[in-house]
Amino acid sequence: MQGALKRQTGDKIFDFCIYVFMIIVTIVTLYPFLNVLAISFNDSVDTVRGGLTIYPREFTLKNYETIFGFDGLLTGFQNSVIRTVLGTAIGVISASMMAYTLSRPDFQARRWMSVVFALTMYFSGGLIPGFLLMKSLGLVGTFAVYIIPAILSVWNVFVVRSYIDGLPYALQESAKIDGANDWTIFWKIILPLCQPVLATIALFIAVGHWNAWFDTYLFNNRNAENTTLQYELMKVLLSTQTGSNYRDPNAQQAIASVSPESIKMAITIVVTVPILLVYPFLQKYFVKGMTLGAVKS
Amino acid sequence: MIRTVKRGQATRMEKERVGVPDLPEQKRLGGAQMKPLTENAPKAGAVNQSSRFWTKAFQQRYLYMMSLPFVIWIFIFSYVPVWGWLTAFQNYKPKDSILNQKWVGLENFIELFQDERFYIVLRNTLAMSTMGLIVGFTIPVVFALLLNEMRGQLFKRSVQTISYLPHFVSWVVVAGLVSKMLSTDGGAVNQLLMWLGVIDAPVQFMAKGELFWGIVTLSDLWKEMGWNSIIFLAAMAGIDPELYEASTVDGAGRFRKMWHITLPGIRTTFMVLFILSIGHLVSIGFEKQFLLGNPLVSDYSEVLDLYALKYGIQMSRYSYGTAIGIFNSVVSILLVFIANGIYKRVTKESII
Repeated sequence: MQGALKRQTGDKIFDFCIYVFMIIVTIVTLYPFLNVLAISFNDSVDTVRGGLTIYPREFTLKNYETIFGFDGLLTGFQNSVIRTVLGTAIGVISASMMAYTLSRPDFQARRWMSVVFALTMYFSGGLIPGFLLMKSLGLVGTFAVYIIPAILSVWNVFVVRSYIDGLPYALQESAKIDGANDWTIFWKIILPLCQPVLATIALFIAVGHWNAWFDTYLFNNRNAENTTLQYELMKVLLSTQTGSNYRDPNAQQAIASVSPESIKMAITIVVTVPILLVYPFLQKYFVKGMTLGAVKS
Repeated sequence: MIRTVKRGQATRMEKERVGVPDLPEQKRLGGAQMKPLTENAPKAGAVNQSSRFWTKAFQQRYLYMMSLPFVIWIFIFSYVPVWGWLTAFQNYKPKDSILNQKWVGLENFIELFQDERFYIVLRNTLAMSTMGLIVGFTIPVVFALLLNEMRGQLFKRSVQTISYLPHFVSWVVVAGLVSKMLSTDGGAVNQLLMWLGVIDAPVQFMAKGELFWGIVTLSDLWKEMGWNSIIFLAAMAGIDPELYEASTVDGAGRFRKMWHITLPGIRTTFMVLFILSIGHLVSIGFEKQFLLGNPLVSDYSEVLDLYALKYGIQMSRYSYGTAIGIFNSVVSILLVFIANGIYKRVTKESII
């Protein structure tokens, strides 16, 4: 009796500890974002005084007005949006097409193609050979360098394939009997049924494209018209770290009245917000997708 | 649900049949091909077999159409770069083709192993990846365990949603947040530590090389803890509830259940992921180090990939850079096999 009572209080203390721990985790995760958000909306002269936490002291939109006057940033924004939309559309279609053919048990080339794709998960050419390849293909300095090398992800192919394997094959058979060819079956039956898994990989691909900066750094650092948002942010970040100011020739005047710190924070928010808007809606999909991929691997 | 789809499809298919004039014979073959009828067919000569191959290939032309372009693509983008490994044994000049180069044997590798900087870089790589491996596996497991023990569903789900959030944010942003939090003028960490009385004056965290490994590890933890716990939570959800019920009857408390049921329940998942990560010990990427590092801490922040980037691309020493990449790949593969070998010896199971 006494033991059970003791256990109950012990349980309650443990529950309480979990709650405290989880609240700390939440604060530690959210605070940096809220802090940056507050600074981005705060007057940049006032920010220098320090002590800002999670709400702006002197509210202003000037920081945002300034950064939206930067040419580089606007081009970057445009390019990031285009590459994300285009890259995701292509990535999803190609992964599901490839996955569908690999899932067909009667497909002649299924075995060797599977091997060709699976092998690439165990090795990679590495940074320099990859760079030389892009160079010899003439992709350096073009926008296509964001899209073409990222047409397909082998990992996504196998995730979609394992999902298709779980669908009843009888659906395809009956469509066949009704006279549908493989092309129609793919578009009219497989794609609609794969919606949950496609949502998952679409999210991963889109986030990957949106967050990519290294390909811009490597292939397009001299082509201002092909810059991306993340790369612009990276330039601001590294320049303020080393102490020099971020320079956009067209924005010299504006920059005089707004500190690089505030600019950095405002860009950070612009870069982050689209992701925060999308991802809670897709959460149920990606949790499922994650476990699916894990089980199969 | 399946039935409605089927019915809907059937009508659409019927329209297709009316709309698309197709050879009736071919259609019949297409239908038959869904059943393994061909296996029952009598064995014919070589000529017959090859013609059967082409007939079938023609029937499956749409499947080829949907897959061959990607096969070609993967050959170009995944296999051709491996061919580029040859450059490591050459003195590669981009103006000539890869077969028209001066061969230098192992010279690049010898130079690599004689470079003192290489050993500093290797030390940094291994230090950060080992720290990342230990922290990146234990803490998410603990986090998943605690989440699993939570009773309030709403709060639990909110914590989960929030904890996944940093995973989706780019390293560029995270590096910005980290340097903001650690900055000397108003950085939250400095303020907190001063308020707690741990330090008297703000510390310049980002300028202290010996702190760099810790900063990278903690940033990584901050970014990926919630995300990495998903998989463990899924494994925990798959544990048979009867095990818990039985142990309750036997009088086991909460901690005993966690220790004897939940943790063993996720052991396989844990080991698989762990061994796969060991393969990545030397190829940890360079994003974090590139973005968080600065010239003041480069003795601690430079990792193998950055070293390859510096020599290979910024200095255009392609052959040397490729040699670094090959070293990277070979060590990765060796590590996975060693880890798998140890695991096999201990558990008599293999994961690769």
